[in-house]
Amino acid sequence: MSDLMVIINMLALVYLGWFVERSLQKNKSKMWLFSGLVVVMLVILFTLPNYGPTYSYIMVTTILMYLVLTVSWALFSGPTGYISLAPAAFFGVGIYTSAVLGKDIPLLAVVLLGGILSFVLAMIVGALTLRLKGTYFIMFTFGLVLLITNLLLWYEIKFTGTRGRFVVAAGNDTIYYVMLGIFILLLITAFIIKRSKFGLALQSIGQNEEAAAHMGINVTGVKVIVFAITAFFMGMAGAIMTMKWTYIDPYSAFDLFRSFLPVLMAIFGGMRYFYGPVLGSVIFAYLEEKLLTEFPYVYKLAFGIVLIAVILYLPDGLAGLVDKIRARIARKKNALT
Amino acid sequence: MEKFLDVVIAGLLLGGLYALIAMGMSLQYGVARVLNLAHGEFIMLGALSTWTLYTVFDISPLIAVAICGPITFVLGFLIHRTMFRKLLSSSTNQGIFESTSMLASFGLMYVISNLAFMAWGPEIRGYSYLMDTVSIGGALFGARRLVTLGFALAIGVAFYIFLSRTKIGKAIRAAAQDPATAGLMGVNINMVLAICFGLGAAMAGIAGVLVSMCYPVNAAMGIEYLTVAIIVVVLGGLGSIPGSFIGGFLLGIIGSIVSFIEPGLTVVAYYAIFVILLLVRPKGLLGK
Repeated sequence: MSDLMVIINMLALVYLGWFVERSLQKNKSKMWLFSGLVVVMLVILFTLPNYGPTYSYIMVTTILMYLVLTVSWALFSGPTGYISLAPAAFFGVGIYTSAVLGKDIPLLAVVLLGGILSFVLAMIVGALTLRLKGTYFIMFTFGLVLLITNLLLWYEIKFTGTRGRFVVAAGNDTIYYVMLGIFILLLITAFIIKRSKFGLALQSIGQNEEAAAHMGINVTGVKVIVFAITAFFMGMAGAIMTMKWTYIDPYSAFDLFRSFLPVLMAIFGGMRYFYGPVLGSVIFAYLEEKLLTEFPYVYKLAFGIVLIAVILYLPDGLAGLVDKIRARIARKKNALT
Repeated sequence: MEKFLDVVIAGLLLGGLYALIAMGMSLQYGVARVLNLAHGEFIMLGALSTWTLYTVFDISPLIAVAICGPITFVLGFLIHRTMFRKLLSSSTNQGIFESTSMLASFGLMYVISNLAFMAWGPEIRGYSYLMDTVSIGGALFGARRLVTLGFALAIGVAFYIFLSRTKIGKAIRAAAQDPATAGLMGVNINMVLAICFGLGAAMAGIAGVLVSMCYPVNAAMGIEYLTVAIIVVVLGGLGSIPGSFIGGFLLGIIGSIVSFIEPGLTVVAYYAIFVILLLVRPKGLLGK
């Protein structure tokens, strides 16, 4: 029963992602219907703690965490083609903000501060490294996460004498509401960025960076600011999510797995579409919650196989597959009439 | 002064292993253009197979080199022939191939490491072999460390001769410089790339055999050696094989010096060098 509720809420989340994509298109027919449905979906999502068992909204919280990571990752890396492996760093900064300041200031302020600190880190990292191209950028972000982890571990053991920290816990429903709020804020931000000239600038940077620079786009400036905005959301997600875990150490806070997961989920869903990453992360997050604790090796093995298969045979991911099937059905219809 | 010499020699012994690991990765990136994130898993395969060969079948690790090397070569060769070749033909330009092949190799890393977890389990394995010590300049070192260093040097030299003197070595160098033109000159380019990928995997496999002689091993060890390989490859210059060879020894010595001064900072120093290097001189020591 609670699984059914989780699945209904997952569909609501995918719908929200699809709606953002639809409202970015020129096709305005039936928009009143789609907007009305958005209200319904929001009501379903926001009232989940009132009708669903605790388990259901804990699970949706985890799904939301992956959604925030993946959608914000794809917002920058999708159009530009710069593959960042730094999400774990930004997420971890949020976690440590929460761990250090959680006792002293109110919850929402902690979350906001976690986002702001990640934003600042991303500004610095971006300004230094977004001039690096391709493989170098990937490796830098990869090394950054490991550097922070090991530096922090050394600092904790040497100066505080303990490996990890306790985090002030919050209620499951509070965490759920805040995480949902972050996700909706992210969707709105994504919509605004995509519709503004920033979105166009990002697109042209991805297609041909030199040409974009020649057209008068401040290439580095655009890249850095969008990179930092996406880090803001990852930091907030980390700050709130850690209140569920209560104990953290540098390795669990800066787990490199959280850098790779958004990449995989986005590719699996289809990066050419806005709702692709949404679809990918919802499905993977659900499977992970179901399978990871019971069959960890089988789950991760399947994960690898699916990733390779998608890269080889479905370069546009699940969303691309949906499009292909739809086109085929439409063609059949036309053939009959 | 004597203390300093000890530290440097210990660094050289460690560096030999690093050099071998990094040369394989450098070959795969420099010629086949695959930043192979599954590199560490080939090391793990070599290490755990050696453990099984030694403890179950009583086969000496030195003979295991001759078994694991060819097997990992064939494995790498086949992986390139199937997976990366398909990616190569579907990618429109080199930049796209580099990023998609890296992600595909990440999937490969998952597949290999979790198969190993199923086969060997997560336990940490070790065995004792060649436990004699040798005295160098007054300090004692394990004979197995010297064997490791010897192997690394021998493979480095043999590989250098292979590249500079043989016909296939010439084809590899040509493919590294300009694959399209090399193809026009009659080099069977897909074959050369697959051979390079296989050779890289074989170096990782042999490095794994040597690792298992000196350190405890388990199915999760891959990522640790992968990060070392990436650091050394960047240090030496991305895609430069002599650079990786020198970079390996350099990193070994640096690591040994830092752990002499402040053991907790060894790994931090590695990543700090890596990050600073990418900012200041991304092409590394010998990069073009």
